[in-house]
Order: sequence, then structure tokens, then C-alpha cells
Amino acid sequence: MSNAITDLVSALADGQARIVDLTHTLDPDFPVIILPPEFGQCARFRMEEVSAYDHRGPAWKWHNLTLNEHTGTHFDAPIHWVSGKDVPNGAVDAIPPEMFVGPVVVIDCSEGAAQDADFELTPDIILAWEDAHGRIPADAWVLMRTDWSKRRGTDYLNMHNDGPHSPGPVPAAIELLLERGIRGFGTETVGTDAGQGAHYTPPYPAHYLLHGAGKYGLQCLCNLDQLPPTGAMLIAPPLKIKGGTGSPLRVLALIPGETT
Amino acid sequence: MTKPLPTPVKKNPQKRSTVPTLPPVARSRAALGLAVAAARGAFALQHCEDCGAVQYPPRDACCKCLSVALDWRETDPTAKVLAQTTIRVSPDPYFRERLPWRMGSVKLAAGPVVVCHLHSEVVRGDTAEIVLKLDKAGQGVMVALPQKGSEHMQDDPMLRAMSCDPRHRRVLITDARSPLALPLAKALLGAGATTIFIGEPEDWRNWEGRAALAALENVDLLPLDVTDTSSVTRLAAEIGGKVDILINTASFLRPGGVLGGDTVFARDSMETNVLGLMRLAQAFGPAMAGRTADGVNSAAAWVNLLSSQALAPDTSFGTFGATQAAARSLSQTLRAEFSKAGLRVMNVYSGPADDEWHQPLPPPKVSPSSVARAIVKGLIDGLEEVACGDIAREALERWSADPALFERELRGGGS
Repeated sequence: MSNAITDLVSALADGQARIVDLTHTLDPDFPVIILPPEFGQCARFRMEEVSAYDHRGPAWKWHNLTLNEHTGTHFDAPIHWVSGKDVPNGAVDAIPPEMFVGPVVVIDCSEGAAQDADFELTPDIILAWEDAHGRIPADAWVLMRTDWSKRRGTDYLNMHNDGPHSPGPVPAAIELLLERGIRGFGTETVGTDAGQGAHYTPPYPAHYLLHGAGKYGLQCLCNLDQLPPTGAMLIAPPLKIKGGTGSPLRVLALIPGETT
Repeated sequence: MTKPLPTPVKKNPQKRSTVPTLPPVARSRAALGLAVAAARGAFALQHCEDCGAVQYPPRDACCKCLSVALDWRETDPTAKVLAQTTIRVSPDPYFRERLPWRMGSVKLAAGPVVVCHLHSEVVRGDTAEIVLKLDKAGQGVMVALPQKGSEHMQDDPMLRAMSCDPRHRRVLITDARSPLALPLAKALLGAGATTIFIGEPEDWRNWEGRAALAALENVDLLPLDVTDTSSVTRLAAEIGGKVDILINTASFLRPGGVLGGDTVFARDSMETNVLGLMRLAQAFGPAMAGRTADGVNSAAAWVNLLSSQALAPDTSFGTFGATQAAARSLSQTLRAEFSKAGLRVMNVYSGPADDEWHQPLPPPKVSPSSVARAIVKGLIDGLEEVACGDIAREALERWSADPALFERELRGGGS
């Protein structure tokens, strides 16, 4: 007897549906956000070997991990930002699990970002995308594709003496997405905001406006170039950390496979 | 005239590396005082507080009046060389490998006659300067040096064995981002070091000053982050057998005491300043300890840079002070562990640095180039304890004299 789930399982088995991994490997050398040194800093990912089939544990190998909630590919919960500190169910452990699986649309800004490191996602770009692909569905994840995940070394943070330079949304773009009733906003850069996002009003508009409205963030995503603009599903469940403001996580997308 | 050391040739890969041996280690408790003085480059002997006699060798009582009130005091190091001899046969494994070896007896201006090692430029009848040096066993021994040596006097094989001279050696500076890295690399190259490896943490984060380091000849920037075990073991696997001197410049400092302090910053400082040292020692230590007899460019020294807060904290930097005390304690364990191989551990103490974290503090502050000079001089002199700058020097003196009083002074109890 078939149902929606068995249909999905067979679609995955026969290639009509495909899984794309949108996650960077947790690696000590992967960049994290850098704040002025007098502020507290995001912990880098670290592994310390507890035992490796040796005198410390003869038959097993395991590690202790050190990391921040916002290290690597990660999820931002509403309480991450001051604007969202009083949002009900705003911590990762309180977010309803239905929020972790849902529709996703991708706005391709890769051409613009290749030309301009400070490329801005504006309401005009969103409206043009809607002209081509239809209105952004309510409760969808909106991902901003920039191909930034393909950058390596110092080019990723792209830090200069006047701060980092990487693409992101202007405040009005986030306001428009909130009007559409989105679930959350995700990027390939180290944060959901532009590198120069501190200089908008409000500063860090994606963080401030999204989390104030109880929406979620995803950052340090990769492989967005493999997703269709619409018609995909995102699976993004953060770790169930008590009072957690976010979490490193495995982000998967389900996309339609090759049509036969 | 001392002949300059030959430039080391590439090793013959079919020959076993020479296993380190040590000169005799055993000493009486009283004689350990010689090593204490040698460790800081002082020439000190026992002076009797009752009759004023200066005595050598050190004993538990005065050889003239039997008083036990003996004080180690800085002493006039000039001496007349009475006799000299060349040892050509020895059953001792350490000296057998280094024959012939010159020794002699000298009459110190302060009184005692001493049997000591003779520099090749010192002969009978000379007026020599007697210095206390740490030998490979870490014990204090007397060496007669010429009052005015030739250009390459430091290359005398006996003296070289007692020093950690960077000449012809390869050095690892662990943190390129330290303000010390550039002046230190330049000072070491100026002192004849052949290669400077410099560890660069987080090469995904650009920083000012990289270009200046990368532009130096015989300097290699390599990825190294002392907070990341995998990074430390990876670099040790690559270059561990070529590191003759390791200088740990990695340091993490944030101001703040205990109340109102921050455990996240405290943990970051512990990760870098304490566990970073332990990771480096575990990864690089064994190979260095195995190469202390490996020819002209043998492994020679491990250098820790510590704040004088390791002795007692400036309470406005309380958590940083705790990491320095912990690092100093680790260095003492490390010194004992490396002593079996004759690898020297040199701690260089300095006061507040002239950097961003001490910016609101008034002078005197220690400049990176003066620390670099102190390190190179300490290596050439083969020291274990070096104070750089007036603040560190005074801190060591006051702490040595009375630790409890020093703590109260720092707390603000006296003015």
C-alpha cells in the first residue's frame, strides 16, 4: 500500500528525487566570524582525541569537541539576536520540529556577487525573481545563492581594514521577505548579513529583522548551485540544545531527480 | 684563534644519528647553587657571613670557621691560570666523544683555586674570566674564557656544547602573528641561524605584517595553530626533525581579574598559553630530545616567553597571570623531562609589552625588539632564566628575595 512517504522513498530509490548536502565539513581550518578583539569570540572547531584503540581505551576511538553554536554550517534561532530574545519558543530546543523540514526557494545572485563583493540583495531582485518563478510561498526557506562557498582562504571572509566584504541583503529586502511570511533566510557567507551589514539601519538587518519576527537563519551553506529555484525541500534540524541560540547542523535538500 | 665552525653538511642517511650522552649529573645539594647561578648567567660563590671567606667547591659549612651562614653572592670572576692539561683518554661516554678536552686550575681573585674547563684561547699564565655555565647535564660548571677573545671564540667546541647558539641552527617560531615574530626572525638570522620556520595560525584570516615576514630570505611560513592538536602534530610530522631551537611566541591575553572576569577568555588563554605549550612539547619535544647530539646543527633549546606575572599576578590581568603561572609550572616539568637528553629549557620573562593590550599603561614597556635581543643573547649564553626589561628584572629580584612581600606590593599594599 503506498502513501506519501512510501512514494518519497521509492522516488529517492529510483532517482526521481535526489539529496543534496548543503553542509561544509566541520574542520579546524574553516573560517568563523571575527569580531573586534575586545568582544568575546566564536570558538573554532577543535577535536581532542580521548582514545584511539590504545591504553586510553583499547577497543574504541572517540574525540571531545569544542565549538560554538555558530561554528561551521549552522542554524540561527530567534534568541540569537537581541530583537528576538523574547520571541516565544525562540531557542533551538523549543522550536517545533515541523519547522525543520519545509519548502525552499533559491534566489541566484551569483553573477552579481562575482562582480561585486558587496553585492546587495534588494527588493527589486526579489520582485524580478517572483516575476520569473512566482510569488515566494509562505513558510518557505529563502536561500541567497552567491557561490561564495567556493571561495577559499582569506577570500572567504574577505576582511580588509574597513571590515569584511561579502554579499548580503539590504533591510528592505528582509522586510519584503517578512511580508511574504517566510520561515527563514539562508546564505553561503559566514553570516546571514552582508560583510558590511553593520553599516545599514538597522545594523545587521537580516539578524535584527528576521529574529525579531521569530524567523530562522542558516549560514555557511554550500552546493546551492545544485538546487532549483523552486520545488525543493529543505531538511535542517539543529541539535536540541537547552536554551541554545543556534547549532551546527547537517543541512540537506531534496530535489527532483533527472526526469526519465 | 678559534676556527669557525664548518657549515653543517647534509646528513648521511645510512648512518645512525648520534644518541645523546650526558656528562656526570650527580651533585651535592650545596653544589646545586652553582647551577642556579649559571641558569641566570651570574658568577656566584658561597660567601661566609661570619668570617667573610669565599669558598669553592660549595659545602654545607664554611671551610674556614665552620659557620653554616653561607650566602651565594656575585663574585669577582677574574682569575690567573695556574696550570693546564689536555685530556686525551676518558672512560666517560660523554667526554670520550669529545676528546681531546682541555682543563686547568685557576686562582680566583676572590681566593679559591678552581679546576675548570679551558677555552682553546686560554693558556697557562693568562688572566682569564671565569664563568659559570650549564653543561649538557644541566649542572653548573666553571669555564675559563679569554678576557679578549677572537672573532669566532663562541665556536670553540667546549663552549658551543654549553651554549644554545643559534648559529648554523634551524629555529621554529610558533606564532607569526606575534609582534615578536619579525624582530626575532631578523635577530636570529643576524646571529647566523640558517632557517627560520614560522607557524602561521588561521591562514584564512589576513593580517598586517605577513608580507614583511614572507619577504625575508630563509624564512618559511607554515600553518601552525597551537590550539589545534591536529595542526601541531601535522607540522611536527613534517619538520620536527629539523627544529633545533623552538621559540614559543603564541600568547593570548585579555585584561581582567576574577570577579568581573570572563571564563570564556580565561579558557582561550589557557588553551593557547598552557595547553598550547603542552601540545607543542608533545609533538616537537621527543624528536628534539633525540637530536641533542646530532652534529653542529643539533637540537639545543626550547624557549618559553613568559610574563613576570608568572611569579605573582598583576591583579588587573588576573586570569592571564594564572596562565603564566601554569605555563611556568609546565616549563619546570618539561625542563626535568628534557634534562635527560640535555635539551635546555629557557624561560624569558618580560614585563608589560608595548602592545594593544597594555596601551593605556604608562611606560616602561618592553619592545618586541628588546625581547628578541634578550632571547638571542640568552641562547648564546646558554641560560635557563632570562629577565628582559627593568620590570621583569625587578620582579624576579623582589620575588626571589621575598615572595610574600612581593605579592603584597603588587596588591598595592606598599608605596
